[in-house]
Amino acid sequence: MGLLSDPNRRRALISLLTRLNAPICVVCYMAGVAWFMGLAFEPFTLRTYMSENAMGSTMVEERFPAGERALATGREFSAHKKKVGGMPVDWLVKTMQARGLEVFTQRFSRTLPFPDENKERYLVKGTNVYGILRAPRAPRTEALVLSAPCTPGDNNNQAVGLLLGLAQYFRNQVYWAKDIIFLVNEHDLIGMQAWLEGYHHTNTTGMDWSPLQGRGGSIQAALSLELSSDVITSLDLVLEGLNGQLPNLDLANLFYAFCQKIGVLCTIQGKLQRNDWDSVSGYSHSVQTMMLMVMKQASGRPWGDHGLFLRYHIEAATIKGINSFRQYKSDTTTIGRLLEGMYRKLNNLLERLHQSYFFYLMPSLSHFVSIGYYMPAFGLLAVILLTLIKSAPSQMSSPGVLSVLTPLVISHLTGVEVAVEHFPVSETEAVVLTAIAIYTAGLALPHNTHRLLSGEGTEQGWKVLKLVAVLYLAVLLGCTALINFSLGFILALTLVPVAAFVTPHVPKILSAFILVILSPACTLLFSVFFFQELQEMPVSFIDGWMLFLSVISQGILDHSLYGSLVYPLIALLVYPCWLLFWNILFWK
Amino acid sequence: MAITMPLSSIIHKQPQKQRDKWPSNDFQEELVIRPLHSGDIYASFQFRTLWETDFMRGNKVSHYRLFPKSLGQVISKFSVRELHISFTQGYWRTMQWGQPFLPSPPGAELWVWFQDSVTDVDGTWKELTNVLSGIFCASLNFIDSTNTVQPSASFKPLGIGNVTDHSFLRYATLPREIVCTENLTPWKKLLPCGSKAGLAVLLKSEKLFHSSFHSQAVHIRPVCQDWQCKTTSWELRQTLNVVFDLHTPGQGKREWSLFKMFSRTLTEACPLASSSKIYIDITDNPQGEQFEVSPATPLLSQAMVLGDRRTFSVYDLTQQITFGTVRSLNLLIRWKSSEDMLRPLLHGERYVAGYGLQTGEIHTLMYNNHPYRSFPVLLLDSVPWYLRLYIHTLTVASKGKDNKPSYIHYQPSKDRVRPHLLEMLVQLPPNSVTEVTVQFERALLKWTEYTPDPNHGFYVGSSVISSLVPSIVAMDTNSTREQPLFSSFFPCKEESSYFVRVYTEPLLVNLPTPDFSMPYNVICLTCTVVAVGYGSLYNLLTRSFQIDEPSPGLAKRIANIIRKMRGVPPL
Repeated sequence: MGLLSDPNRRRALISLLTRLNAPICVVCYMAGVAWFMGLAFEPFTLRTYMSENAMGSTMVEERFPAGERALATGREFSAHKKKVGGMPVDWLVKTMQARGLEVFTQRFSRTLPFPDENKERYLVKGTNVYGILRAPRAPRTEALVLSAPCTPGDNNNQAVGLLLGLAQYFRNQVYWAKDIIFLVNEHDLIGMQAWLEGYHHTNTTGMDWSPLQGRGGSIQAALSLELSSDVITSLDLVLEGLNGQLPNLDLANLFYAFCQKIGVLCTIQGKLQRNDWDSVSGYSHSVQTMMLMVMKQASGRPWGDHGLFLRYHIEAATIKGINSFRQYKSDTTTIGRLLEGMYRKLNNLLERLHQSYFFYLMPSLSHFVSIGYYMPAFGLLAVILLTLIKSAPSQMSSPGVLSVLTPLVISHLTGVEVAVEHFPVSETEAVVLTAIAIYTAGLALPHNTHRLLSGEGTEQGWKVLKLVAVLYLAVLLGCTALINFSLGFILALTLVPVAAFVTPHVPKILSAFILVILSPACTLLFSVFFFQELQEMPVSFIDGWMLFLSVISQGILDHSLYGSLVYPLIALLVYPCWLLFWNILFWK
Repeated sequence: MAITMPLSSIIHKQPQKQRDKWPSNDFQEELVIRPLHSGDIYASFQFRTLWETDFMRGNKVSHYRLFPKSLGQVISKFSVRELHISFTQGYWRTMQWGQPFLPSPPGAELWVWFQDSVTDVDGTWKELTNVLSGIFCASLNFIDSTNTVQPSASFKPLGIGNVTDHSFLRYATLPREIVCTENLTPWKKLLPCGSKAGLAVLLKSEKLFHSSFHSQAVHIRPVCQDWQCKTTSWELRQTLNVVFDLHTPGQGKREWSLFKMFSRTLTEACPLASSSKIYIDITDNPQGEQFEVSPATPLLSQAMVLGDRRTFSVYDLTQQITFGTVRSLNLLIRWKSSEDMLRPLLHGERYVAGYGLQTGEIHTLMYNNHPYRSFPVLLLDSVPWYLRLYIHTLTVASKGKDNKPSYIHYQPSKDRVRPHLLEMLVQLPPNSVTEVTVQFERALLKWTEYTPDPNHGFYVGSSVISSLVPSIVAMDTNSTREQPLFSSFFPCKEESSYFVRVYTEPLLVNLPTPDFSMPYNVICLTCTVVAVGYGSLYNLLTRSFQIDEPSPGLAKRIANIIRKMRGVPPL
């Protein structure tokens, strides 16, 4: 403190910082990246453990016997689905009633802003069917949800079959303390969104749905089941939800514990766990697993039907059955027993799941990195921005509000253009290309700005603009990383170097090239290729470009259908911020 | 308006013995069994003790025969006019089971009318709840001013006496109360025969609590002794309602017997009882194709129950012949069931809407399923203070249109002192859903006010919907049954409508909860340190330091003035 209150020493310190600015920035950047890569190294991570006492110490015995019958029900369901050509509502209602549930239906309809080409839908109309198993002597205050999406084609019939099988088995048990809701939702996420909005009587996305007739109180936890074959080799756990929200880690622990107990192979991000953490391949395996989680979380989209529950503070996960060419197979009875065990433990919960972490990354299913461990990686990158701010000259004459405000306003207007969803066109490609066109047009901005400005930009002018831009970026990235670490970190990785080196005095052509490479759109493009690489499904450049276009359209759709915030964040805040740096580069 | 019950309104085919000359002490017991629409079975026990005495006069009552002394003392000490207490585990499923004989909300409910001689009603109420807490082994001592209300219209006295001053009424619910054996045992001890003889033999806790619904209640009220009401006597009614779940998938046929349900059979009536009967509702079975009862009984009885004309088979336990040759009675029923839902004429639902921990909305839905008649209902809502109701957002809508309540009584809450009370008289249009919504804000409690399990959520008691519902008999216009024409034009008064009280589900609401764990403390501590450190650092960074000469002393300043006058440069 004494160091700072002495004006002479203070000046010396600041000059030292200014002089060593470049090396400090480089060291911090390197350290940040190294720290992040170190997170996947097993000795640096923590083993997962069950924090919730109500689920940890109690024993449950799984006795679900009727896997074969569940598969038969699934085949029956598939036959009826084919006959009706969609969701066999009447059959489902009758079947659930025969199993002793209180059955209700909900109709919904939604017109997408433009056709979704991935799923080939535009005008969506559907019906959700759900049955409530009332717990004896319970006052309808708490509920658990088990859902299975009814997808077109031959997919997921086994999941519906198993759901009905479990409903029948659960109905005859006496130990339930919470109502259990068995939900078959049509049109996957759209149906789920309609059901959740109906259940909580909110309307965030302008969807039409009929009100729900039966409820079970506040939902404590939910699992979504996806199963498309009679036998499976492994079960995959999907955690990433809307806007990068994650369920409580105890839910993942519960799944892992039961997989261990029953002897089912379990994966996360489709990657099995390996024991050779000390070898290079073992390490790269866990880096891949963690990077996949980071990429998925950063995308901000729900990666399964569970993703929409998280907004309502309901812990939820999706369990996917995977049938690959491994020798070791598990049948439906085993999966049924696994789910039975999980539900019995969730039924024992006295409070909502809250004991364990909500912010974490998982390099494998048995290890996790908590927020305290991964935040320093981001912190080191943020330090660069702070040194940049600090080393800004402290006595600056005010260069006139106008010269700073104008580029700021214009960049944001461009951002608003990109973000506005009411495109005059209704074709997916047209929408995406319009977005890209506006985005590219924004690059011509410096010239427009200068035409608007009266005189030449001054030396002071760009310095103030840069100070504003760096402050802006620091606040933006800080807030983003708190909510969605992965997104914040990826953006910091690309935008912090931009903020560090841009001045009007660097070589124009080269810097412009680097700036474009590090712009949000190119980051997205690289992420697409990187994601495909991580999934061991590399794509050619043309396919990658097509994927890139579809990712943008999905981003816009996610925003308008489910309220995902990533697209507006990029368009309204990140891109204008980047434009400010672009502006500085072309400052005259 | 009394709740219509088989016991009080049954028109027996046999002449009632000594109806106008009851003894001063009288005990009756009965069990009604009704196979429910959903395939479950509903058993309702009622035990009634009548005693012609006056607790309120100066002379102390000391000789008790059938009436339990513990309750008698409570009545006289606290000047109770009426007392209704119920303990319920589970929620009555109106859509599957229809209306119960005696409705009750999940958890514990207590409402008491005091005599108008009581001066300090709140103090007496507080003492009374503590005493009852001891008598019934329940947490009734948690009833305090924060969950007690004085309803202005919904709870009228059920006994004689025409009191309208609701300052002598107290009403409280404990939706979290869990009911178990420890509450059943003291309840059984109030019976004259205990659980030694009579119908109470069937009350075995291991079976009673292996059910879908369990509710036990005690009602005390003054009733008329004769039709002229010259003298009054005290009535103690102990009721126990239980619904057994007989679900077996894929089978339409159900089978049930006394032994299967209670793991006991009956061998005798309670020797102290003047009447001991079992009624079996066989209304849905006119030709015997739906179910069969064995052993068969020649005794039949008709009664108006909840606006519907029901037929019962009657088994009189005081007659030896009922027990047959094996000297034990084990009733057996076989019947078919259907899975469809019922459409009860009046039905209520409630839920919390919205997400996030700041605000929310309580929705109360009231269904009127009557095809052409509208009727008024009284809605009572008592909401704890920590949900701060925004009463200006209160809306009542049916069929998409605003439905203005004709009477609203609202008492705002006071933090940590009293709950919100909202009472409304709403007209429900025929065949409609009326939705009452009100927004609320979730309060942040002080850290000692959280329960030990704060993440479980906080309970809001059931709302109470009371109404006079047009009866099903009055609806029956195509008159399929044989009856004289002169009797069927105007609906008979007592049959045209009946009183129903419907309780909605309690709500479980999450409040913003701090993380009561070690990391929470660490975060608090770190934040404090960071705040202190940041403050001083920020102060240092933004303050501009300048080297300032210390101000010269007085002598120097005077010297300078002199030098200035002389025109010499200052020191």
